[in-house]
Amino acid sequence: MQATGWGALPMLAVMLPVLAMVVALPLGARRAERLTLAMLPAGLALAIGTAVAVQVGGAPVVHLLGHWSPPLGLAFRADGLAAAMLLTAAVVIGAVAIFARADFGTKAGQPERREAFAFWPLLLAVWSAINLAVVANDLFTLYVALELLTFAAMPLVCLDGSRTTMEAALRYLMFALLGSVLYLLGVALIYGACGTLDITLLARMAPDQPAVILAIVLMTVGLLAKTALLPLHLWLPPAHAGAPAAASAVLSALVIKGSFVLLLRLWFGVMAGQPMPGAAQILAGLGAAAILLGSVAALREARLKLLVAYSTVAQIGYLFLMFPLLASVAADSQVAAMAWSGGAVQAVSHAFAKAAMFLAAGIMAARFGHDRIVELGGAGRAMPVTLLTFGLAGLSLMGVPPSGGFAAKWLLLSAAIGAGQWWWALVVLGGGLLTGGYVYRVLASGLRAGEGAPDPAPIAWQRDGVALGLAVISVVLGFLPLAAFGLVQVGRLGVLP
Amino acid sequence: MSATIFGLLGAALVGIGLFGMLVRVSGVLRLLSFNVLGGGIFLVFGVVARRGAGAGLAGDPVPQALVLTGIVVAFAATTLAVALLLRLGRDGE
Repeated sequence: MQATGWGALPMLAVMLPVLAMVVALPLGARRAERLTLAMLPAGLALAIGTAVAVQVGGAPVVHLLGHWSPPLGLAFRADGLAAAMLLTAAVVIGAVAIFARADFGTKAGQPERREAFAFWPLLLAVWSAINLAVVANDLFTLYVALELLTFAAMPLVCLDGSRTTMEAALRYLMFALLGSVLYLLGVALIYGACGTLDITLLARMAPDQPAVILAIVLMTVGLLAKTALLPLHLWLPPAHAGAPAAASAVLSALVIKGSFVLLLRLWFGVMAGQPMPGAAQILAGLGAAAILLGSVAALREARLKLLVAYSTVAQIGYLFLMFPLLASVAADSQVAAMAWSGGAVQAVSHAFAKAAMFLAAGIMAARFGHDRIVELGGAGRAMPVTLLTFGLAGLSLMGVPPSGGFAAKWLLLSAAIGAGQWWWALVVLGGGLLTGGYVYRVLASGLRAGEGAPDPAPIAWQRDGVALGLAVISVVLGFLPLAAFGLVQVGRLGVLP
Repeated sequence: MSATIFGLLGAALVGIGLFGMLVRVSGVLRLLSFNVLGGGIFLVFGVVARRGAGAGLAGDPVPQALVLTGIVVAFAATTLAVALLLRLGRDGE
């Protein structure tokens, strides 16, 4: 593998936040906050630069660490999917950082608080880890990235230090640790069988030994636990229930996507030569079950925050519908391209929509002092922008045209019909209806005239603006011409020359 | 020959650890199971290093380097979990 021009961009996108995190630790809460805010434009510029370089060059951007090329050295390889995820991460982290200033900011004259001191470095750590998880091209580096992601996200869940959130954090940590040791065992088996861990080299080798198949199975199960696909989703709703809104947004929008991207790289990179249609049907079956059961749980949930969390469980299911579609057709066919774009756009649009939804839910919970859905009456009068944000994000999750969610679901639907697997098309349509049901519940309750509605006092406009901005992005993605999604096709491993 | 024995030992540890992580309810026991499982995996890495050794060398250095990183990561995970368990235990009194 050769290094390409602009390879330093994705490398810096990984290095800058982690360096800032190390520098922020001795600086204290106040200056850590300023440092994080100063990092945002730099990180966004690096992500945009990477995306432009990938799109214009039409090839992945590769950086060789220390000029050693694999198998001896390690490579960073930013393909189209990685560039899209870098951009998503930069925008979502930026929005969350601005939103979180009200909760974790240290105002002039106030003493610094423990939560504020913990929050900013952890946010930088999550950012760096998610960037590493999408650009690293070495299975062991990816293991380290996944662990960093867990170690940074887990403390965010229990920032308030109460017993319930600590228990939720411990449960999350146990699921994540089980997932990562299974993944690590797979790494050992693959190295033993192939002698390299570089994904591109492995894809060329097209390994088919039983040890590699076993390794892929172990790693898939481990990554499913980290992605929270049903039935390994049990840690996700409790983790979200007590977490601050900003942490929930990051966890649902970004953290679980890291392991998902890695799963794609395993199945359609390392194993590109040996598609496993049978196993892929099982994965999509779990995804369909997640859509159904997650949506039903969301329909029955009494608390707004948990409703949004179960909606995440359901939306993750959509991501796995692309597996059988990709596995059953030729890698360079039109249908495979549609399925790949559909999955990638779903990951991106869900990230924006869900971050917006959690932030809106956080604003409502802060104003009402609770988040019981039936008692949200009057929200439409007291905080119209917040409810609008929730509604717009909901439209994108439902897949109502024109929105990012619609583009994703349309692509998946067309790919399912193109691949002759119409049953997945039914799942996509049914899931949209169920999503409409639970979004309606919240909106209907919020638009009623209520007893306990707070006075229409002004909310910090940045908070509402940031959440609305994210929701608008998730909708505007649907206005992009389909050709714009060509970015995520660049450097797909299965169609490597 | 010794590689085979160590490999089987590693497999046994992985099995015991996995069983413990899935079956145990107590946080401390689960954490210990995680460490047993991790130890088994590190042994497997050692076996991989021995079997992939070049002529005249005791072992392939790459898996040995990976094991070192793996041990550091597992240690960090264990300390995090212990810190959480201690906090939970103290709150319970």
